[in-house]
Amino acid sequence: MTQTFTRKITYAQAISEATCLIMEADPNVVLMGIGMDYSSGVFGTTSEAFNKFGTERVIDTPAMENALTGIAIGSATVGIKPILVHARNDFMFLALDQLLNVCAKWNYMFNGNAGSLPIINRAVIGRGWGQGATHSQSIQSILAHFPGLRVVMPSNPADAKGMLLSAWKSFDPIVILEHRSLFEIEGQVDDGIAFSDLVSAKVVKEGSDLTIVATSICVHESLLIALELETLGISIEVVDLRSIQPIDCITVLDSVKKTGRLLIYDTSWVNFGVGAEIAATVAENDGMIMKTPIVRIGQLGVPAPVSKPLEDQHYPSSRSVFDIIEKMMSRNITSTKTIPSITKGFQGPY
Amino acid sequence: MSSDQELLECYIKMVNIRVFEEKVASEYPLGEMRTPTHLGIGQEAVAVGVLSQREPTDVIFSHHRCHNHFLAAGGSTYSLFCELLGRVDGCSGGRGGSVHLVDRSVNFLGTSPILTQAVAFAAGAAFAFNFRKQQRAAIVFFGDAAFEEGTMWETFNFSVLHKLPVLFVCENNLYSTESSLEKRVPFNTSFTEKSRAFGIFASTCDGNDVEEVSKHSRNAFEHIKSGYGPYLLECLTYRTREHVGPNFDYDFQRNYRSKEEIQKWMTKCPIINSGEILMKVYGFTKTQLLSINRRASEEIECAFNLAKKSPFPSLESHFDHLYGL
Repeated sequence: MTQTFTRKITYAQAISEATCLIMEADPNVVLMGIGMDYSSGVFGTTSEAFNKFGTERVIDTPAMENALTGIAIGSATVGIKPILVHARNDFMFLALDQLLNVCAKWNYMFNGNAGSLPIINRAVIGRGWGQGATHSQSIQSILAHFPGLRVVMPSNPADAKGMLLSAWKSFDPIVILEHRSLFEIEGQVDDGIAFSDLVSAKVVKEGSDLTIVATSICVHESLLIALELETLGISIEVVDLRSIQPIDCITVLDSVKKTGRLLIYDTSWVNFGVGAEIAATVAENDGMIMKTPIVRIGQLGVPAPVSKPLEDQHYPSSRSVFDIIEKMMSRNITSTKTIPSITKGFQGPY
Repeated sequence: MSSDQELLECYIKMVNIRVFEEKVASEYPLGEMRTPTHLGIGQEAVAVGVLSQREPTDVIFSHHRCHNHFLAAGGSTYSLFCELLGRVDGCSGGRGGSVHLVDRSVNFLGTSPILTQAVAFAAGAAFAFNFRKQQRAAIVFFGDAAFEEGTMWETFNFSVLHKLPVLFVCENNLYSTESSLEKRVPFNTSFTEKSRAFGIFASTCDGNDVEEVSKHSRNAFEHIKSGYGPYLLECLTYRTREHVGPNFDYDFQRNYRSKEEIQKWMTKCPIINSGEILMKVYGFTKTQLLSINRRASEEIECAFNLAKKSPFPSLESHFDHLYGL
């Protein structure tokens, strides 16, 4: 029996490790996208694979997002399992015809007779340091709207590795949205092939007064806020949503039944977003369990501005979240502590 | 084409496809085939000529006007009728409809109606063949309007860059829906010249002459399988029916093309023309050819009647195959 051991590695290392494990185990896997073979290797996630498997299996492609996705589809019809990488999820808009019109529907519309398309799409969300309107979007709710696609947002190194491994074993096309600001964070990750499920939300901190459902980097910020409020006697439960499609409403509902208060914190804009879906689900199930109205937070409803004061205001600050929770709990939060944003020191590379 | 037998085989296939499509056209107004259908009547020589030269391990993709390719590849008339009727025995279980056909048993791997999607699929399958060092080719059929979408050129660039074994077959039928080429591309545009600028070997042929299509395809496959990369074959052809549906445009007073133009092209019918050659050059009799027609009609009639007996999908199956696992 092989013994697994756990050690601390970064989110980027976790992705790289999973990629190499998959490519070692499965000769049908190829890695494709822009910058795969750069020495920087998409923030350190593809260089190890390139060094191990070379140009035949790690392919630096021209800028051809839609055709590349179609090529991935065609290759998958004859048994290749492509991993496509987009250094920003904003670039994927160019790939949405093939991704949404074809990939998400393939298995269903041919009634299973054309096979499934287990294509993995990795895409990175940006934030901060003036990355601006076209490099800091967060497209999960668009993708999750289309039946047939899986959409996940790993918030920590263990999931970054485990969800990628599970995506490889899945028969479905999947988009894994990684957050650029998480690539350097460290966490405990199991050695070897260690799967994380692609479906369930996870309570990452238990609490009794208020539930924060968060995605991706917002999980970390929510945890820091929850820890600070703990010292003031407010007990916050933090739920890491993990999967956007399918969405695990049972875990969310269980938590909300306990706390009666729900704050949803997502990386994207609020309108038509993940928070709207969760709030609607809670309302449809039993809106009467709520002690206070549901609150949704995320990026302000404008394209992300570059100028620093505007950019700072664009994302929720710890103070603004304290103010919201103060209202929801009908009590003063005296904390003057400013919790620095995880992205605060970020200066690239992008 | 080397022998009378090869031409005869092509002729039989073209007749089968024509009779199938005409059966669809006659049944369509009854409303049981509830799926927007793009008939391939008039364009049979392209599908039959190209696919007469493929190896069984070569794979095929196609676009919205795909019945010809499905049938020429060896897809069953029964499963295609079932698909158009929305029945469970359809090649896509009745879910896909006319523009989403598949039959993996004959390496017909899928069709997609948005113009250049399937062009990229073919490059993807060809990429896999190169990756595995297999001597196989991917074939994709598309219309002239595909040259208007960017994915076409992205795919061309990548295919040449990686020397992919893919045969791009353009069915240039002069119209995209009701828009003529003159409205869509500058005067004197040559698709083959444009493609050559990308480094693709290209040739143009009379797409209504099955022998010529076969000859060009044979050269194309030889080129592809020698490892020289992709090949574009432009076949000049014409659809005699409306863009989508069973009628003639002049039945509805549509004026984007004249009745005279349509009738002129109908005299260039690939089936009539190859029938003439079979008789004049190879000594077949009119009776022999008529019996081919009769047999096709009987088989198609039989497949259709059988298809009407296939059940509809169960309501319980509505969510099947959305997710694999």
